[in-house]
Amino acid sequence: MAALLEIAGIDKTFFGAHALTDVSLTVDEGTIVGLIGENGAGKSTLVNIVGGVVPPSRGTMRIGGQPHAPRSAADATRAGIAFIHQELNLFTNLTIAENIFIDDFPRRGGLIDRRTIRRRAAELLDALDLDASPDTLIDELSPGERQLVEIAKALHRDARLIIFDEPTTSLTNRETEKLFATIERLRAQGKTMIYISHILADVMNLADAIAVLRDGRVVGHGPIAEFDIPKMIRLMIGRELKQLFPDRTGTPTDAVVLEAAGISQPGIVKDVSFALHRGEILGLFGLMGSGRSELARILFGLDERAEGEIAVNGRPLTRHNPSSSIRNGMAFVTENRREEGLMMEASIADNIALVSLNDYARTPLRILDQDRLTGAATDIAGDLKIKAGDVRRQASKSLSGGNQQKVVVGKWLLSEPTVFILDEPTRGVDVGSKYEIYAIADQLAAAGNGILFISSELGELMGMCDRILVMSQGEIRRGFADRPFVEEEILRSAFREDAGA
Amino acid sequence: MATELDPKRRPRPQAEAVGHRETGGMGDDGAAAPAVGEAPRADPNRQLSTGVIAAAVAARGRNILLSEYFVLYLTTAYFIVLLPFLPVLSTPANLSNTLSNVWPLLAVAVGQTVVLTVAGIDLSQGSVVGLTSVVGAMLLATAASADVLSGSPIWGIVIAEGGGLLAGVSFGLPVGILAMLVAGAAIGMWNGIAIAYFRMPPFMVTLVSMIAFSAFAIYLTQSENIRHLPESYIALGKGDIISLYFGEQAESRIPRRQIHALITYPMIISVSLAVAVHLLLSRTVFGRQVYAIGTNRKAAEISGVPVRRVIVLVFMLSSICATIGGILYSARLEAGRPTLGEGTFLLDVIGATVIGGTSLFGGKGKVIWTFFGVLFFVLLSNTLNLMNLSSFHIDMVKGGVILSAALLDVTRTRLLAGGR
Repeated sequence: MAALLEIAGIDKTFFGAHALTDVSLTVDEGTIVGLIGENGAGKSTLVNIVGGVVPPSRGTMRIGGQPHAPRSAADATRAGIAFIHQELNLFTNLTIAENIFIDDFPRRGGLIDRRTIRRRAAELLDALDLDASPDTLIDELSPGERQLVEIAKALHRDARLIIFDEPTTSLTNRETEKLFATIERLRAQGKTMIYISHILADVMNLADAIAVLRDGRVVGHGPIAEFDIPKMIRLMIGRELKQLFPDRTGTPTDAVVLEAAGISQPGIVKDVSFALHRGEILGLFGLMGSGRSELARILFGLDERAEGEIAVNGRPLTRHNPSSSIRNGMAFVTENRREEGLMMEASIADNIALVSLNDYARTPLRILDQDRLTGAATDIAGDLKIKAGDVRRQASKSLSGGNQQKVVVGKWLLSEPTVFILDEPTRGVDVGSKYEIYAIADQLAAAGNGILFISSELGELMGMCDRILVMSQGEIRRGFADRPFVEEEILRSAFREDAGA
Repeated sequence: MATELDPKRRPRPQAEAVGHRETGGMGDDGAAAPAVGEAPRADPNRQLSTGVIAAAVAARGRNILLSEYFVLYLTTAYFIVLLPFLPVLSTPANLSNTLSNVWPLLAVAVGQTVVLTVAGIDLSQGSVVGLTSVVGAMLLATAASADVLSGSPIWGIVIAEGGGLLAGVSFGLPVGILAMLVAGAAIGMWNGIAIAYFRMPPFMVTLVSMIAFSAFAIYLTQSENIRHLPESYIALGKGDIISLYFGEQAESRIPRRQIHALITYPMIISVSLAVAVHLLLSRTVFGRQVYAIGTNRKAAEISGVPVRRVIVLVFMLSSICATIGGILYSARLEAGRPTLGEGTFLLDVIGATVIGGTSLFGGKGKVIWTFFGVLFFVLLSNTLNLMNLSSFHIDMVKGGVILSAALLDVTRTRLLAGGR
């Protein structure tokens, strides 16, 4: 098999710090290379260099035997490289057809030849098995469908190498399956692909070869047959990961810290009741659209509820807003840390301080005791082992996903809550950091807090929780209290294929 | 916590940070500091050569460009470069006059800074200046002419031949000023409520306020100015505390125009306001909440920040600043004028604020930056005036300068982001 992409001795330094060191890789024509590594290992930098977004400091690349030295992303596109990003680059206010042809509208007499683009787009959509009119606005498409439009765009440009960067993060299971089928089909047609993902099982299934990056170096590269998941993890983190979940250090008590009784909101949740105890990690599992995140928002006072009572430590919440929930000892780590959790531009310390500002102020003018506040924030950052240079100056956006998540947790720790709602706390976080977040959850529970752990990853709930509630169509379908949990039973209940609650 | 997992997994946390091309924060020198040391090291093989020196110079240039005081440096450089061509620039009379133009604009721009920081914009400040100047004048005027004002709907009610309602009343001045501030605050509160509670975009709300309240001010006086303001009021706009005289000591009578005001009431008022707002932004819970909302409103809301209340207060503060600017302008003019804040006034306010470095997208703004921006803007206007350019030319040049400032800001942001 001929090599389509050859990368030889690529170095990349940013302000003198090495992001990539002597990276050499080959991608054979018609194969899929799984590129794996922890956050910050240099995966994005590497594909950005291939895609012409940043220039390498040293080293050469060849594509199809020809030297490849793109000076811009457009250059790389012309060389046949297509990039399918985590966050898609589609114009949501335009139609599918317009998006596909966005950079080379065919013209007739100076005007856009709408008939041609519609016909050609329809062909592409057909080939990808996407059942939508070319005139549909991107706005109306689901994340999975949008991904297919991105692929259609790549196919239209006749891309030789398609790079997928974490393509499944926002997809449902069914959409993921469809994406994988498409990828398989593209390979059968002779397309070459690089697939970046944290989900190692997916990489195992799809890839023909694996490349592992750690700290900007290639630490493993070879055909898939030479790899298994434990080996990948070992290479990624540079040591053996003995277990995926920490041992639980505490046991739940009978004291109730959060009680929900008959919570209903038409069309969203239906008669939800449960109790969370001191020292307990209570799992909340549900498929996408089951209402789990919506329930969390209602519990925290962000969204309305038509009926139902919420009590924290025996005190009913009368005022329905976040500041009242916070005063009563609740903390909410949201599903989407980029949009709802962090001030990305602000420093780590400022982020950690945000919830507790009033506790560090002197009335009447609410003047902040800055030293005490930054001191406390710095201590929290240290306790959580947030890997950063200067906590007071470094912007949160410069941190890896796992460390960003720790900043969000830290911001709540400072307000000393007793009830934690964690919504998908390990999403977009690498294997090593996941373990750390589990360990933090365990410690919080052992310290006598109650934790509502919401996740769509059943594995982590089974590994960490004392009990698991299954949500489906806005109601609590069933509760599971006996370890070991049986995956199949829980899934059946989530799909409503069990006998019922 | 998870101790077994930590041992030096990432020996170079710095490398990781820049690996994302996302280092650096706001306008801190800290973000750029490593560049000085790193630039020569990037090429270890080369001897100390011109390349290395050039790199060091480039790094220094970068540091200046990224510095918080960049606009101040720019202002100083502009002054020095133009001085040989316009020697009159450094005369005491011109300096004193230029400074006197700084203070009212600073008062208004400080309010705009806070609004921009919370990711809003306040287009109604000009109308607040005009309307509150009319409110103050109609209450405080010591006399009025029926020829001019008898067509006004307030004639005979609030103001008449004998002056305004508060003319000659003891403590009339503080009451009149309080009335102006209340009127300004009310407009700000309306803006804030419409924006925070009815979820209307700040641009629309304040645009409507601008149109409506300007029109209302013009209606109140039927487009006339209200003159005959009391001396005590006028002093607020031009009264000097310390003045300088550069002439012969032996002169027995010093002509008024040879006395140059140095410390004035408007300076004290405006600087106090700026310092107070600076402290409010940098030292209080409220200030932190303003930055938090401007950076990420959703995250702020979830973190328990009373977002809507803070937004209302911010717009009230903006209007109050505009009112104080209105007091200074109208006192200097010795008249209440409904059209005081019209024309290119808004350009001056927003232009000066943005040139200072406050972002139009929120989360990034400082009073000290705005002070530098105002200095630059006033100096620019002053030099253009001295060149005897027409007001059209002046506005065209000003527009160009704002454009280059925006370009500079984009460049700075890209450099701070660690890009190419």
